[in-house]
Amino acid sequence: MTAVWRDVAPDGGLREPCSYELELDPAQLRDLYRLMALGRRVDRQAINLTRQGALGVYASSLGQEAAQVGATVALEQDDWLFPTYRDTVGVFARGVDIVEILALFQGSWHCGFDPLRCRVAPLTTPLATHAPHATGLAMAARLRHDPIVALTFLGDGAASEGDSHEAMNMAAVFQAPVVFVVQNNHYAISVPIDLQMHASSIALRAAGYGMPGVLVDGNDVLSVYGATRAAIDRARAGGGPTLIEAVTYRIEPHTTADDDTRYRSAVEIDAWRARDPLERFLALLRESDMVDDAFLATVDAEGETIAARMRDALFGAPDGDPREMFDHVYAAKTSQLQAQQTALDRELSATEETE
Amino acid sequence: MTVTMAAALNTALRDAMRDDDTVVVYGEDVGRLGGVFRITDGLQQEWGTERCFDTPVAESGIVGTAIGMALYGLRPVVEMQFDGFAYPALDQVISHVAKYRNRTRGTVGLPMVIRIPYGGGIGAVEHHSESPETYYAHTAGLTVVSPGTPGDAYALLRSAIAFPDPVVFLEPKRRYWLKEDVELPVDGEPIGRALVRRTGTTATLIAYGPMVSTAMEAADTATQDGWELEVIDVRTLSPLDSDTLATSVTKTGRAIVVHEGPRFAGYGAEIAATLTERVFGHLAAPVLRVTGFDVPYPPAKIERHYLPTADRILDAVAHALEY
Ligand SMILES: Cc1ncc(C[n+]2csc(CCOP(=O)(O)OP(=O)(O)O)c2C)c(N)n1
Ligand SMILES: [Mg+2]
Repeated sequence: MTAVWRDVAPDGGLREPCSYELELDPAQLRDLYRLMALGRRVDRQAINLTRQGALGVYASSLGQEAAQVGATVALEQDDWLFPTYRDTVGVFARGVDIVEILALFQGSWHCGFDPLRCRVAPLTTPLATHAPHATGLAMAARLRHDPIVALTFLGDGAASEGDSHEAMNMAAVFQAPVVFVVQNNHYAISVPIDLQMHASSIALRAAGYGMPGVLVDGNDVLSVYGATRAAIDRARAGGGPTLIEAVTYRIEPHTTADDDTRYRSAVEIDAWRARDPLERFLALLRESDMVDDAFLATVDAEGETIAARMRDALFGAPDGDPREMFDHVYAAKTSQLQAQQTALDRELSATEETE
Repeated sequence: MTVTMAAALNTALRDAMRDDDTVVVYGEDVGRLGGVFRITDGLQQEWGTERCFDTPVAESGIVGTAIGMALYGLRPVVEMQFDGFAYPALDQVISHVAKYRNRTRGTVGLPMVIRIPYGGGIGAVEHHSESPETYYAHTAGLTVVSPGTPGDAYALLRSAIAFPDPVVFLEPKRRYWLKEDVELPVDGEPIGRALVRRTGTTATLIAYGPMVSTAMEAADTATQDGWELEVIDVRTLSPLDSDTLATSVTKTGRAIVVHEGPRFAGYGAEIAATLTERVFGHLAAPVLRVTGFDVPYPPAKIERHYLPTADRILDAVAHALEY
């Protein structure tokens, strides 16, 4: 199986596409497909659950499964992932419990999972602010001489933020083992990519930082995997950071609360549906006889099981004890917080009594 | 031994790096140059470029990478070159530094220190004399510390570096050259505790950072009028040790808060409100404030008219005694 991408030349131009042979056995390829398919099922279920009120809002990964799964699967167990609100499917593919991931969209006051155990930072909503965290973690790993790599997802909009620049420049200066994966899905809410930048590609910026840049078809999971894997291997070997731009498309509105008919056409969306990353990969696997109907049925069944678990866990999930909002502001509760907690407790006890 | 606050801070960093190999110090010009105020002088020579290093000029990146480092288990101590140039990092401080422990339900604390030289009085041009303490103190999850003496500078910085939560460490830059007779190392002072620097009965002066010396000077002069002023050094702005303040004001019945920063929604407002809530019955006069004016900080040429002085403090005491 081959991966294809274009490297940014040191002069800041794009090189001709190159193809690389991937060393993935059939079982690994099937698993890539499985994670993408489960991710899509989970994504659809999250949208449904939002419509039914079990989630407050949801930012869909539909159409971006190849970019997210291809990138995160390239990480090793001890590596770190720094995702955004867009990357539910990528975090899911990393093995974090889907119900825990969705805490953000439930409106929970905490991120739902244990970042230290999962080696995944909380899904971050202030755009690009998590990018310097990835750089810093990678700098720390390098200082400690640990073979750890950090990978951070960014959107095309986030790439315009100053923190993207500071994170990439510092990563290059310190040769930090970090990989920046920009999913260029063509929109930042309603603002199209040509209002986000005047250049032809985000990847070209890599030349300006003195790091390798890669432009890859974000709807081709093998290419995303290959490009990310190569960047991760280079980072781990001491070769410093890489900027990867995965060109893809957001099929769903920005979030469940968005009305995308105000800024794009159904024709445009349909054109991208025709390049669906899941269908495309499945066609390839079928062509090479790597999957059969029985396998696909197992994946479907697994997806249904997870979807049912999401429904069970998220419907009627308790709000949580509001008294806990005071518990983790500091390692040790201050007297002020203690007093406020006591006041809320009194208020709650009074309501409980009258009920 | 006579030490300046600058030397005390430098020694604190040096000792912390010696005692804990997870402590790393970085920022703009902190390596070869030793910082524009020389607070990190010699650290790179002693500990190498892995433990003390210069970064690109990128305040948000400096604080943001420190978050990643703390996440990985290091204890970064980063320097913001000046108060007015720490603002690019405010987003990281407010959105992440302050919230990480809470957002992760207590699993990820960020043991990191953000050192910021702050305040006026050094004849600097604009943007170099800001008093941003309330921006930080207002933000839940931050611990905000400001020493007023060399001994405290050492002790509090050591405590801040060892602290399990992020600390914004505000260094009163006009007092970097303030001297004190003190043997270093002194024991780490507990964060979150104010100190009665001078006892008295007439009224309580409440100050922190650069204004501690000014308040002490006012208290010295006040004895000529027969006034015995109690002086409290707040030291930790957040969380506030309101017990020590309340105890003092219960005794004296009068309180004057002193700070350089503007008055409106300034730190003094919080202290006045807290004392009013806690010891209203003991107050013989309203809590008064001696502060900077509600103007952008006026640089070198006229800053002396802006900065609170011992005279202004004594005027406020006289006013409080009129009630
Ligand atoms: C600092 C900041 N500014 C604005 C927003 C509001 N906002 C949320 S998502 C978004 C668009 C982001 O677009 P992009 O980075 O391309 O990511 P995508 O949603 O397309 O995955 C905006 C403007 C924000 N979350 N953070
Ligand atoms: Mg986008």
